[in-house]
Amino acid sequence: MEKYAVFVPKLVTRRENFAPGHRACLGCGEALAVRLACKALGQNVIIVSATGCMEVISTPLPYTSWRVPWIHTLFENTAAVASGIEAGLKVIMRKGKRLAEEVKVVVMAGDGGTSDIGLQALSGALERRHDFLYICLDNEAYMNTGIQRSSATPYGASTTTAPAGKVSIGQVTWKKNVPAIAAAHDIPYVATACPSYPFDLMAKVARGAAIHGPAYVHILSVCPTGWRSATDLTVRIGRLAVETGVFPLYEVENGKYKLSIDLPQLRPIQDYLKLQGRFRHLSEEIMKEIQNRVNEEYAKLKEKVACA
Amino acid sequence: MTEQRIGIEVSRAIAIATKLANVDVVSAYPITPQTHIVEDIAELVANGELDAAYIPVESEHSAMSACLGAAAVGARTFTATAGQGLELMHEVLYIASSMRLPVVMAVANRALSAPLSIWGDHSDVMATRDTGWIQIFAANGQETFDNVLCAFRIAEDQRVLLPVMVHLDGFHLTHMIEPIYIPEPSQVDKFLPQNQYPLPLDPNKPITMGAFAPPDIYTEVKKAQQVNLTAAKEAILQCWKEFGDCFGRYYSPVESYRGEKAKVLLLVMGSFSETAMSAIDILRGEGKEVGLIKLRLWRPFPFDEIRRAVRGAEVLIILDRALSFGGPGGPVCSEIRSALYNEDKRPKVIGFVGGLGGRDISPGGFKEIINRGIEISQTGSEREFEMFGVRE
Repeated sequence: MEKYAVFVPKLVTRRENFAPGHRACLGCGEALAVRLACKALGQNVIIVSATGCMEVISTPLPYTSWRVPWIHTLFENTAAVASGIEAGLKVIMRKGKRLAEEVKVVVMAGDGGTSDIGLQALSGALERRHDFLYICLDNEAYMNTGIQRSSATPYGASTTTAPAGKVSIGQVTWKKNVPAIAAAHDIPYVATACPSYPFDLMAKVARGAAIHGPAYVHILSVCPTGWRSATDLTVRIGRLAVETGVFPLYEVENGKYKLSIDLPQLRPIQDYLKLQGRFRHLSEEIMKEIQNRVNEEYAKLKEKVACA
Repeated sequence: MTEQRIGIEVSRAIAIATKLANVDVVSAYPITPQTHIVEDIAELVANGELDAAYIPVESEHSAMSACLGAAAVGARTFTATAGQGLELMHEVLYIASSMRLPVVMAVANRALSAPLSIWGDHSDVMATRDTGWIQIFAANGQETFDNVLCAFRIAEDQRVLLPVMVHLDGFHLTHMIEPIYIPEPSQVDKFLPQNQYPLPLDPNKPITMGAFAPPDIYTEVKKAQQVNLTAAKEAILQCWKEFGDCFGRYYSPVESYRGEKAKVLLLVMGSFSETAMSAIDILRGEGKEVGLIKLRLWRPFPFDEIRRAVRGAEVLIILDRALSFGGPGGPVCSEIRSALYNEDKRPKVIGFVGGLGGRDISPGGFKEIINRGIEISQTGSEREFEMFGVRE
């Protein structure tokens, strides 16, 4: 992709199916991810949204930012709603009750709606092999309700329900690896992405949408409000998450792991952590612990890639 | 072509009703005593007798959620559940009604834990009373079958577009083999038009469904919902009328049995009303002026019909199969008491709660309830309610 980078932007549609004018915070990485994903998805989609930031910023009755069909019902049930849409469309098209055409069902849910409250519905839908794409927009906490920790919050981050204090480093658990959980369902396609790598993100979303069967794309979305970072550093922080190995970009196609960007050497995690207020309190010792974990996880990932 | 009357388990008859309705999507999670319904549907699909998507979801929450999705693209959608399953669906039920998604659901009424009880009562329903669904109670197998067919027509009526629950008592109805008239497919096709959901999710005509409402619009949305559900009664009455014209079986929101000139009326919902009829016959034989009212339409609540049905009675005895803990007794009794409160002339309302967790009430039991009700009304020691048949 790199050598064509000059031309690629010209190939991207100018059409915005996620219209500007929504109410996302300044520097929102998630809104950027949604915008890019919508460009990759095109018109023939039905989007199922979980309750969360993207729902709230885009649809205050009677307004909407969506130029494609969009439905929101609850927080934890997106994968189940998508199951019903996919199965329903298939059967009514088969029975001639609706014009037969390709329509992709795409879920968009946050890390809370995916790794916590929606995990059961997600697992069920992946297991039943519905033909749908699930996009997790991971900003590593319940940002919509005010920066509460989720199981996707990284170790050492300070949130409002796992705050750093005199006797606590904040989050004391390691981030739940939902892409690995998705991959464990033996689905055809799993990928990680970040809007700081826009063409990679769009390619993965397009790939996930083109697959017949369940696909899962996990997108790290920088949240200046919750991460306590400068709003103009969103893209850079996303790149640093990748370059430090904190959030590696990879694909798992039919069980085979492939790194999207193979870094010969990881940057020290301090480069990533120091730009974010949520890690401000961390001691050298804890940062070392995180560095070791990142190295280990990255090595494990490389082993999986080597196996493929 | 005529209907065939066959001996069939009521659960199986429901499955046949969904087949005759040519349902598109069935999404369900197994729970006793609903299981026979969904097993039979799964079998119909597996044998190619019903061309539908059967989604074997991982919970009732997802069962109803998948129904939302299917209904939102315009598919005819069915599910069934009971007891805890209905409770797990709870928040999703509000979505179906509030987003005007015409899902049809059979509820095999079951008691709620704890202690665990798989047997029937109306505790599960009553917790869903305010979810905005149309709710119909069936008294026997035929009513169940007929009302599942009617439910699709009512739900999908362009004036209505609301989800419908058809309640049937767990075990007392679900597992009962009854003689049931099963119509020919062509008869059903004539009665039940295709689902024409007006605004389905469609890339050719993008819409936003389920936007959030700030305080300056939420109340208006809820008012519209209230108006819509109340007005649905007209469509329900019309559906029952036309069903009767097609099949010869007429239904009404409230049905009276030997209620003419009755000084004392007993009111019951669901299958127990059939047993209560026997008790009324016995008491009438003894020369007592008693009658029975079966309440069939629970939501929208038939205020006028109830007021008319009890006119002239001195005592109205109501049996609830659910208990509002720490409250005024059973929900049915509370609502009817409230519906009658502003009437110039109204009967004394005596409430009983019984038949919980599958405990049967025999004709003799109903006789006891009626006699005790009369006694309470005469002694004036009218309490909020009494629990019937509790061992001391």
